[in-house]
Amino acid sequence: MEITKQEVEKVAKLARLALTEAETTAFSQQLNQIVAYVQKLKSFSTEGVEPTSTVPGQSNVFRPDQVQASLSTEQALSNAPDAEAQCFRVPKIIQES
Amino acid sequence: MSLTLLHKLTLSELQRKFTAGDVTATEIVRAYFLRVTQVEPKVNAYLTQCKEAALVQAERLDQALKGWRKTTPMMAMPLAVKDNICTEGVRTTCASRMLDTFVPPYDATVVAKLRAQNYLLLGKTNLDEFAMGSSTENSAFGASRNPWNIQTVPGGSSGGSAVAVAADECVAALGSDTGGSIRQPAAFCGVVGLKPTYGRVSRYGLVAFASSLDQIGPITKDVTDAAILLGAIAGHDPRDSTSANVPVPDYLKALKRKDLKRLKVGVPAEYFADGLDPEVDQAVRTAIEGLRELGADIREIKLPTTDAAVATYYVIATAEASSNLARYDGVKFGLRAAESKDLLDMYLKTRAEGFGPEVKRRIMLGTYVLSAGYYDAYYGKAQAVRTLIRQEFEAAFQTVDLIVTPVTPTTAFKFGEKAQDPLQMYLSDIYTISANLAGLPAIALPCGFSKAGLPIGFQLIGRPFEEETLLRGAHAYEQATNWRAKRPAIR
Repeated sequence: MEITKQEVEKVAKLARLALTEAETTAFSQQLNQIVAYVQKLKSFSTEGVEPTSTVPGQSNVFRPDQVQASLSTEQALSNAPDAEAQCFRVPKIIQES
Repeated sequence: MSLTLLHKLTLSELQRKFTAGDVTATEIVRAYFLRVTQVEPKVNAYLTQCKEAALVQAERLDQALKGWRKTTPMMAMPLAVKDNICTEGVRTTCASRMLDTFVPPYDATVVAKLRAQNYLLLGKTNLDEFAMGSSTENSAFGASRNPWNIQTVPGGSSGGSAVAVAADECVAALGSDTGGSIRQPAAFCGVVGLKPTYGRVSRYGLVAFASSLDQIGPITKDVTDAAILLGAIAGHDPRDSTSANVPVPDYLKALKRKDLKRLKVGVPAEYFADGLDPEVDQAVRTAIEGLRELGADIREIKLPTTDAAVATYYVIATAEASSNLARYDGVKFGLRAAESKDLLDMYLKTRAEGFGPEVKRRIMLGTYVLSAGYYDAYYGKAQAVRTLIRQEFEAAFQTVDLIVTPVTPTTAFKFGEKAQDPLQMYLSDIYTISANLAGLPAIALPCGFSKAGLPIGFQLIGRPFEEETLLRGAHAYEQATNWRAKRPAIR
């Protein structure tokens, strides 16, 4: 099962990564190699075996719904690449009609 | 005692000196930075040094302590912290261009616990970018070097922490371990590395790589120090819902017994198969004989799914990483690429500029195994095999108390040796990965040297929340052998 360059491009788009031509070529070769290795999982029978997503096997951990101290707005914005009026500023999202 | 020798002490020795009033906090900081200034240009363990802040803190402590010496265990202890663990007001980069200028507005819980005890933060240590790698070659700020031979890698991803401890640039350090990132560099650098049980130590403030596998732990000069530092950072944290509400024992008490009588230790044949360097094999087998001489009952056990561990890990870890690293979008913190024409363009360019090749590769692999059409074949399958691996360990621990294995297939390799072959690099994690998949505690400690003079380590794996048994076994072996007497010649 070959991972084509087209497929690499599709995955890169899903992952929001702009790849160079050289990266696309390298990744398609390397991902093929790694995925070929991962095929060995098929030789282990897992019929009726429950998946493990986390070892403690917890589902939800609840706490009382109470107001607690948290970061100030200034702290929360302190690492923002671009902030204004207590907001994160980003390129325009909604097109004017 | 001469201040120029302070850096050679272990954590427990330095604690005694400080508590007795033989050294001040200021003297400790000065002595350590003298050492750091000497060796750092050769080994590159630190990404950020905190000399000024440490001196201010030390002077404040010395002032406050005048006339009385009521101390906490970690007071004035000079530690290094891996640079993927958040430190309030101190740059935390994950060795990534993405977080080059990131200054966390809060402390990780482990750091807050140490701060509450008035520890001294000497600096933040180098790592493979976002803890993805086994050599520190993936750091965006240059690799660290192994103090035993600066032509070889220190291991990774917590390579900077292991180097800082081995080269006496701190008394002990914190690392994080997702697939061996504490134990493998500890073995390569001839120091002790402990990955606690999943949930033993809070992950709050640890920059997430693979959340179901990540765990913070100590890298130290000896087993006693590992017990002390684990005790200082362990415990339940409401801010990490996966941290376990299990009481923290006094780990030092576990070190009192010097023999291993009635302790059953399993040796899995699968960990001594093809690919294991003969020198490592020999050293680990000799260590097993050492455990037997201390009274341990050595038994052969079987862990047949070991062969699936690397494949299972690289599906699960990359899947989780691709999701965790989606947060680096250039909006809230970290890098933002200049000149984007719209939001999507900003995401694409920011992530292209901010991430290095290995991080991109893992995001790609993780996105692929989670994508429609492949999810069940890869991610679902890996989760099921993970269950098999867990069950195998559960069954083994019905008959044995500890499992003994090598830590790494080889001693420290040369720079560039595996850098062009990701799969070969991944396979070097083969003996450490299973403990993460099964959530088990494991410790790496020295058991000899290769003919080339590089350290060799072995690993003990224990039952969940039985770090005391691990520490007991490791301590008894360490006391009977004293490999620590030999130190790297770097100066």
